[in-house]
Amino acid sequence: MLTIKNLHASIEDKAILRGLDLNIKPGEVHAIMGPNGSGKSTLASVLAGREEYQITAGTMHYQGTDLSTLTPDERAHLGLFLSFQYPVEIPGVSNLYLLKSALNAKRKQAGLEEMDAIDFLTIVREKMKLLHMDDSYLYRDVNSGFSGGEKKRNEILQLLLLEPSLCILDETDSGLDIDALRIVAQGINLMRNEERSILLITHYQRLLDYIKPDVVHILSGGKIVAEGDYRLATQLEAEGYEPFLQKKAGGD
Amino acid sequence: MTKPNQALETILQQDYEHGFITDIEADALPPGINADTIRAISAKKNEPEFMLAWRLKAYEYWRHLKEPHWAHLKYTPIDYQALSYYSAPKLKEGPKNLDEVDPKLIETYNKLGIPLKEQEWLAGVAVDAVFDSISVATTFKDKLNEMGIIFCSFSDAVQNHPDLVQQYLGSVVPHTDNFFAALNAAVFSDGSFVYIPPGVRCPMELSTYFRINARSTGQFERTLIIADAGSYVSYLEGCTAPQRDENQLHAAVVELVALDKAQIKYSTVQNWYPGDENGVGGIYNFVTKRGECRGHHSKISWTQVETGSAITWKYPSVVLKGDYSVGEFYSVALTNHHQQADTGTKMIHIGQHTKSTIVAKGISAGFAQNTYRGLVKVLAHADGAHNYTRCDSLLMGQHCGAHTFPYIESKNSRARIEHEASTSKISEDQLFYLAQRGIDTENAVSMIVNGFCKEVMKTLPMEFAVEARKLLGLSLEGSIG
Repeated sequence: MLTIKNLHASIEDKAILRGLDLNIKPGEVHAIMGPNGSGKSTLASVLAGREEYQITAGTMHYQGTDLSTLTPDERAHLGLFLSFQYPVEIPGVSNLYLLKSALNAKRKQAGLEEMDAIDFLTIVREKMKLLHMDDSYLYRDVNSGFSGGEKKRNEILQLLLLEPSLCILDETDSGLDIDALRIVAQGINLMRNEERSILLITHYQRLLDYIKPDVVHILSGGKIVAEGDYRLATQLEAEGYEPFLQKKAGGD
Repeated sequence: MTKPNQALETILQQDYEHGFITDIEADALPPGINADTIRAISAKKNEPEFMLAWRLKAYEYWRHLKEPHWAHLKYTPIDYQALSYYSAPKLKEGPKNLDEVDPKLIETYNKLGIPLKEQEWLAGVAVDAVFDSISVATTFKDKLNEMGIIFCSFSDAVQNHPDLVQQYLGSVVPHTDNFFAALNAAVFSDGSFVYIPPGVRCPMELSTYFRINARSTGQFERTLIIADAGSYVSYLEGCTAPQRDENQLHAAVVELVALDKAQIKYSTVQNWYPGDENGVGGIYNFVTKRGECRGHHSKISWTQVETGSAITWKYPSVVLKGDYSVGEFYSVALTNHHQQADTGTKMIHIGQHTKSTIVAKGISAGFAQNTYRGLVKVLAHADGAHNYTRCDSLLMGQHCGAHTFPYIESKNSRARIEHEASTSKISEDQLFYLAQRGIDTENAVSMIVNGFCKEVMKTLPMEFAVEARKLLGLSLEGSIG
């Protein structure tokens, strides 16, 4: 369970998050929507532990642990996974090597034996099949020369492989064409179960056509200004952000 | 903005793994150098007259030289009269097998992970172990002998194959080549000798582990490898050294000769004591390495992974004399803390249709300075000459430096010379991405750096590559910030 209370965060002394509250229970899918600059990606970065951001007030706990006391890799080992909006390229490092290192880092943390190459290949190929990815992905350098869609698919492959308990997907739908969006969404839906929490960060409703959230939050000015079920996304799509932003201004 | 990579910084502070000194009585000459020192060295080694004459000629020449200072290096002056020029482990008689070797030596080898027993044969590696300048154990000589391959200490070669030594010694790196090469010629104590007869493909990687042990002993190794027509050899040189406070001079010379259609692959992993994180101590490594593609269609390939030494001054070069000959230089030079490296290569195109490839990767961290210095020279008659050079630098942190000095001299207007260069920084984004995947900073840095060096690492023989990859990770303990 993820519990965020009154979270304030800033970068280079510029306040981005200003009193954000959020609770996600096991098995729930939440969507955070908001206009550009509302703090969506900042929330993802702060949860994952990017050092450039300072938490100036508030708390965030996952499974009872104060996340702010953990390094990014410790958070990952706790089960937090961030699918990046802009996955980085790592020249010279094969995707296969990254995937295997990540999986084995997780297994090591859990006190399990490292997985050997053959077992690993069997598993990773199974997951790749689900995402319609061919073997060449394994031998290319991490994200190097990948198209936007290929990068996103590669993120979801890591998600499927690492089986985290808290999945944060930052603008996963951007850069995807309709076919790719459907495949990626199918991959994410496969991950849904009673234990796993999913946080979808998105600008548009279209991802939510494929992954139906339990709760939709609207983020504006660094705080949640509206909450509802999936119909809120539909309303947003029809009316735009404007009515919600005015509501927020009124609230202040 | 917070200071990122604090975790990285702590990782980068790790003690030199191979820092220990074996307590063995050394049979050393008193410090200082003069003509009598040279005579004493030659006499101790029971050398024939031509060797003594050659050494004395080199000493006479060296005496009038001044230490060169054109490299991008800073260090306290070396007092050549304060060094001792000969040190050999005391042995009553030459050992007939490993049982006769001082157990402390064996212990040292074991600490270094050098397999001096049966495993070597299984691993396909013959080790000519150099301990403080003198070879004390040579393995698989017999096996190689059957094929006519000579792989022995330089001293043995002087005793048993004087004709070959006389014919080739100094023929690639003459005693007049440079200050350090002249000094080496005068005082070199031992090293390795390899001769591959015509048409023979050496069936195993020949490997020598160098180890500097006695305090304040200048190390002057000399290696000579001759690949006769149509032969092939792959030679591995790996080094570690004990930790100590004082700076040590190391001035080795390596000469390679490839005759018609012969190929020599020479790989080095250099991990001598780099000094501590404040820049105290460490080896001064002034090495002259050169290969001559003397025959047509011959090929010489240098691969080096340089992570050790306080100072590295080293330019493994290829003289492309034979038509259609090929020279290659693949280098990773990693400097951390206060290490300084000025390294690169020279490719001298003399023959027609000669081809050279240079791939140099410099990684700089801490307060280190890393310089690539290379010369591509094409002579007037070298029609069809082609060079490709690629130099990449990776910086970690704010205080280190990377410098590139690619010199090109072409007297042939039709020569093709290509040069590419890049400088990049290890990015926060990459480290964060890998951390998010549960990979700790230490492994993330190692992964990124190994990725950066991949082109070079893949040219290393398999077992060497594994060691080298680990070394790159270990050597960076202590450096972004």
